[in-house]
Amino acid sequence: MKNVELTITKNDKVSKDIYLMRLEGDCSSISNEGEFIEIQLPNKYLRRPISVSSFSQNHVDILYKILGQGTKEMSNYEVGMKLDVLVGLGNGFTLYDDKKPTLIAGGIGIAPMFALIEYFNKKNIRPTLIYGAKSKEDLVLIDYLKENTNLYLCTDDGSFGFQGNVVDCIKNNNLEVEYFYGCGPMRMLQAISSSFKEGQVSLEARMGCGFGACMGCSIQTKKGSKRVCKEGPVFLSSEVIY
Amino acid sequence: MNTKIKFLNHEYKNPIIPASGTFGFGYEFAEYYDINILGSISLKGTTLEARYGNPLPRIAECPAGLINSIGLQNPGVDNVINEELIKLDKVYSDLVIANVGGHSVQEYVETCKKFNNVDKVAAIELNISCPNVQGGGMAFGVDPSVAKNLIIEIKKECTKPLIVKLSPNVTSIVEMAKAVEEGGADAISLINTLVGMRINLKTGQPIIAVKKGGYSGPGIFPVALRMVYEVKKAVSIPLIGMGGVSSAYDVIEMMYAGASLVMVGAQNLIDPLVCKKIIEDLPIVMKELNIDDLNDIIGKAK
Repeated sequence: MKNVELTITKNDKVSKDIYLMRLEGDCSSISNEGEFIEIQLPNKYLRRPISVSSFSQNHVDILYKILGQGTKEMSNYEVGMKLDVLVGLGNGFTLYDDKKPTLIAGGIGIAPMFALIEYFNKKNIRPTLIYGAKSKEDLVLIDYLKENTNLYLCTDDGSFGFQGNVVDCIKNNNLEVEYFYGCGPMRMLQAISSSFKEGQVSLEARMGCGFGACMGCSIQTKKGSKRVCKEGPVFLSSEVIY
Repeated sequence: MNTKIKFLNHEYKNPIIPASGTFGFGYEFAEYYDINILGSISLKGTTLEARYGNPLPRIAECPAGLINSIGLQNPGVDNVINEELIKLDKVYSDLVIANVGGHSVQEYVETCKKFNNVDKVAAIELNISCPNVQGGGMAFGVDPSVAKNLIIEIKKECTKPLIVKLSPNVTSIVEMAKAVEEGGADAISLINTLVGMRINLKTGQPIIAVKKGGYSGPGIFPVALRMVYEVKKAVSIPLIGMGGVSSAYDVIEMMYAGASLVMVGAQNLIDPLVCKKIIEDLPIVMKELNIDDLNDIIGKAK
């Protein structure tokens, strides 16, 4: 973990309430796909934990959805603004090159998947991605995803792609899931964990600190009590108690 | 210039101590800086048996702080002594303050007895004021005679200095302070969190799973300062002040009000380096305010 000052170099609206922000500066402490960062907003007390979508030594991209006052304020931040950020938080995904990857994302759970796609593409592996959302307008950056993954889309209301959830979408397309990496609502993570044998899931929680000090995000797992911010946010699908 | 404070049986190299529950068991912060600069560390609240704590969400934000309802999650006193303290000892050479919670007189006594035999522990901080556990100490924190009796029972079995942490959620904190002094407390720490709540405006329902929790952060600093000031006037045992302390200026203000040592709580959660910054700022602020020795200002506010 490192406390750094990053500069906003992009803050683009990519759907009705989802934004893609690029922050530049010292991002050398980000080491793994699935980590998160915490941004101190000027008018808020607690930092905002947000998943890393893409990173290098000197940049980090985040995809965020307006869910409350904090993210609403963020959507109004202008290019050039500097932010106080903790980078390099949490344990990300353990990525296996020898297991055919199936990425499963629900809603804004697509955010960390971009980092996984970059990783696998660099290894010349084209991952399969099942991406579900409530409605067509909640699906983002489809062109990029089509280009870089074997993409299967589904929506709850059928306004785009398969109508139904990600599990039904996988079954409907007769896809074989050797090893999955999932991020999305708990209901979805529970469904994929019980439907497919092996994989990892990234959880979300309201956090106090984000670095293991307050126990605000502790969950019970099959291997005892763990902190979403410190031991997580990524856990083996088999150890989470839903 | 002097920042050393003699407090009960131990000399603290400076008055800055991370408050219980905001610093884990300490060693994790050693990844971020050399924690040996800290005056001491107040350990995560510990009970006789392991506690899983409350359901999530346990955290709700406020304009000048946060509400927490962790529910005294901890691995139990035996694990704390045999595992957590061993890990901490490798990265922190000074003595620490053990923080003890409980449900019954017997549980408190048993837990204190275990810490009483640990050399690494300078003093025991008795949490009789946790608002987040059903019957988990709060009953002891709101009734002066119940609190006094608890302290008498612990003092029969325990030779380490006993610091009693008081709740602000009482009609008169001065009455509570006098009662614990009569019971034999060696010092008082104050204040614990203020009971509060937030409601999710989209659902109309409480954000915290168990509805309410403890509010802390810069918003409670003036309340904490007033209580430290009033208690200082009413008792003769020394005080540890806490509640919304975020800067070296806050530390000095707390000491003028009557605190000999100062704990930093909520601010650790948004700035893991805040204790380091305060310790580095302290001599600069002392110079600015013409303070040569911190001992000279304790309780000097008339």
